[in-house]
Amino acid sequence: MARTRAATTTPERPQGQSDNPENETVQAPPAPRRKPGQARPNQPPMFGGLSGSRRNVLDLDDFSKEEIEHILLSADGMNEVLSRDVRKTPTLRGKTILTLFFENSTRTRVSFEQAGKVLGADVINVSASASSVSKGESLLNTVRTLEAMKIDVLVMRHPHSGAPYFVASKIDAAVVNAGDGTHAHPTQSLLDLYTMRRHLGDIAGKKVTIIGDLHFSRVARSDVWGLRKMGAEVTVCGPPTLLPYGLRPGTEQDESAAFTGVKVVDRVEEALEGADVVMALRIQRERQDSGNLPDLREYSKLYGINSERLALASPGALLMHPGPMNEGIEISSDVAHGAQAVIEEQVSNGVAIRMAVLYMLCARSRGGE
Amino acid sequence: MSKPIAITGGRVIDPAQGIDRLADVLLKDGVVQAVTDAPGNAPDGYEVIDATGLVVAPGFIDIHTHLREPGLEHKETIATGTRAAAAGGFTTICAMPNTEPNQDNASTVEWVLRTGREQGVVRVLAIGAVTLERAGKRLVEMAELADAGVIGFSDDGNPVADPNIMRQALTYSQVTGLPIINHCEEPSIAGAGQMQMGVIASHLGLAGVPSEAETVMVERDIALAELTGGRLHIAHLSTRRAVEAVRRAKERGLRVTAEATPHHVSITDAWVYGLGGATPDDGALSTVAYDTNTKVNPPLRTNDDVDAVVEGLADGTIDMIATDHAPHAATDKECTYQEAAHGISNIETAFGSCMVPVHAGTLSLEDLIERMTAAPARFLGRELGSLKPGLPADVVVLDPASEWTVDPSAFFSKGKNTPLAGTTLKGRVVTTLYAGEVVHEAGVAVE
Repeated sequence: MARTRAATTTPERPQGQSDNPENETVQAPPAPRRKPGQARPNQPPMFGGLSGSRRNVLDLDDFSKEEIEHILLSADGMNEVLSRDVRKTPTLRGKTILTLFFENSTRTRVSFEQAGKVLGADVINVSASASSVSKGESLLNTVRTLEAMKIDVLVMRHPHSGAPYFVASKIDAAVVNAGDGTHAHPTQSLLDLYTMRRHLGDIAGKKVTIIGDLHFSRVARSDVWGLRKMGAEVTVCGPPTLLPYGLRPGTEQDESAAFTGVKVVDRVEEALEGADVVMALRIQRERQDSGNLPDLREYSKLYGINSERLALASPGALLMHPGPMNEGIEISSDVAHGAQAVIEEQVSNGVAIRMAVLYMLCARSRGGE
Repeated sequence: MSKPIAITGGRVIDPAQGIDRLADVLLKDGVVQAVTDAPGNAPDGYEVIDATGLVVAPGFIDIHTHLREPGLEHKETIATGTRAAAAGGFTTICAMPNTEPNQDNASTVEWVLRTGREQGVVRVLAIGAVTLERAGKRLVEMAELADAGVIGFSDDGNPVADPNIMRQALTYSQVTGLPIINHCEEPSIAGAGQMQMGVIASHLGLAGVPSEAETVMVERDIALAELTGGRLHIAHLSTRRAVEAVRRAKERGLRVTAEATPHHVSITDAWVYGLGGATPDDGALSTVAYDTNTKVNPPLRTNDDVDAVVEGLADGTIDMIATDHAPHAATDKECTYQEAAHGISNIETAFGSCMVPVHAGTLSLEDLIERMTAAPARFLGRELGSLKPGLPADVVVLDPASEWTVDPSAFFSKGKNTPLAGTTLKGRVVTTLYAGEVVHEAGVAVE
């Protein structure tokens, strides 16, 4: 197939990965107890390092590899905090984090809330879809009103691509993009990278295969940015109607900045060959009505990840999904809860990553400008 | 009557008469008296406007202007819109029908024309709707609107989507002799698109409008014009394939005309990045991205489309420039890209934008002026757009080489919505005269 690159040889599994699948679901690195003030060897730079200059986290496109690595390292320290009996630090005491969600979400909102609370910040949750917007208040006036009540970080989800960029240009508080339309979801990408790194070690050179609706997926866009920065090889596969411009048939002459260097493979079996990571994306039911898909049954038949297909990937390849899953459609139940799945771990790691992100931004606001 | 005026020493370009020479232009009693054979012959008793080193041309004509009044006076009024037009060198503008109420009835049309006469700084003509409430269902009373003075029919931003209604409109409008002006964009293909489909839309995660949304309806309307013998005018042609379609239609002798906007000959979809047309380093967006002032319909297209539109203007496939001046209030653009209103306030920057291809060498200044004067006058079927003796003394003095920086806060238009803020344009309107009166002088307040 012309658009397929040759499969790479199976990379050597990093140390720490045994053949025993149970070991692959261990959630945190060994976290030795320590007394307050006692320095730990190889302490992750949880409270120092590169932080201080970044104002917002809107996507990973403006992150350097070093900055991403710093956050991943910082998340190790956050995971250590999360593994304690008393999951509370005073680090962000006196800071106020506001989550403002214009779309329904459970996992992302709770993840940010938990992250802020573990770090000692005050967290206010606003579900905007049903409040001010229905009263006709503009997004700009909504965020200005909320900022006037003194907040340090605005965590925002909005159904329109670019909404957090607009807000960030208008307010002083740090803005974290918790998902904007079909554009970006940077903290999801960071937690995906973190989960991969914990299992695979260095992500550079690893083959990551993303299956499904790339066109409408903010997760995929941010993942591709993050994976490219970290030097992974990204392969994608999905229905031609759900591939983004630049990857879709007939558009390959134009290289998209968001998908530079990404390989497209037509058949899922081929895309999975030798993959170190298999990521199944959520398929939205409304794609049937918009003419993008005949139905979910055919999608599942062509692109669903099941045990036979997963067996085509590298032995012990990680199976990931950003959630929430449509079990039996893009992912079969047996593999979704099987030995290779790290989907729940992604959720746990999400808290650590968001702690690292919130800490980084608050360190900046504390440091002054 | 004010004193007669002599505009002296300029390069007079009047394409309708084939004039392109150094000459004086004499204006008296609100009409053109003469274009002299050579400069330096201004008679005594004339007020002199020295145009040495400048270009003197007939006042521009815009057949696609949104004046917003009645109903949307927070965006623009006939008074502010005509003042902005004067600043842009336009002396005749055609008010689009998407007002509230719509210009789908004679009394609204008459109100617009009367208000234009009473409050306008330049000539205001009106365009009627094709269908009631521009809803695409029932034709307006075209004969009555024609009697009220409309110069054509358009549902403006609403394409006449139903092919049979378009067919009937092209047929029935022949009782008036007036054109059907269509915004050609197939809605089922354009869908919820926010900008031109392509790598930039994909990068930004914005839904894309494929060029084919325009092509499909342009081809459809050309077929229907051929079927009906009706007079079709295609608004704001913006894609290569659509330009080619119009070129073929004209070769077959169909009654098809087309216009292009200043933005579709000068800027591209890359402007959505908010970097003045540049692409961000390493693809990393900043908070200037998603510039809502670039949101316009049809969307800003690719470089190749811009080239094709300029080629179409140069070879006459596209008959004329029309601004699609679309002023909006700040709140209409201070929002997400998806929420933002379509349109650019551009009547004051139109000449500078249209000079981009002239300075690039792809369009001649003479042709540009023809597309802004003689061509729209032919389209209107009125004795305008020329410096023939006896015609209204509508004149513009231009400095094609003058560079200026766009400052929307200095616009006369209420609409400050332009992606060109801070951009340097080369080509400036120096003085505008309407019916023999100075209505705009660059840098000088005119009562």
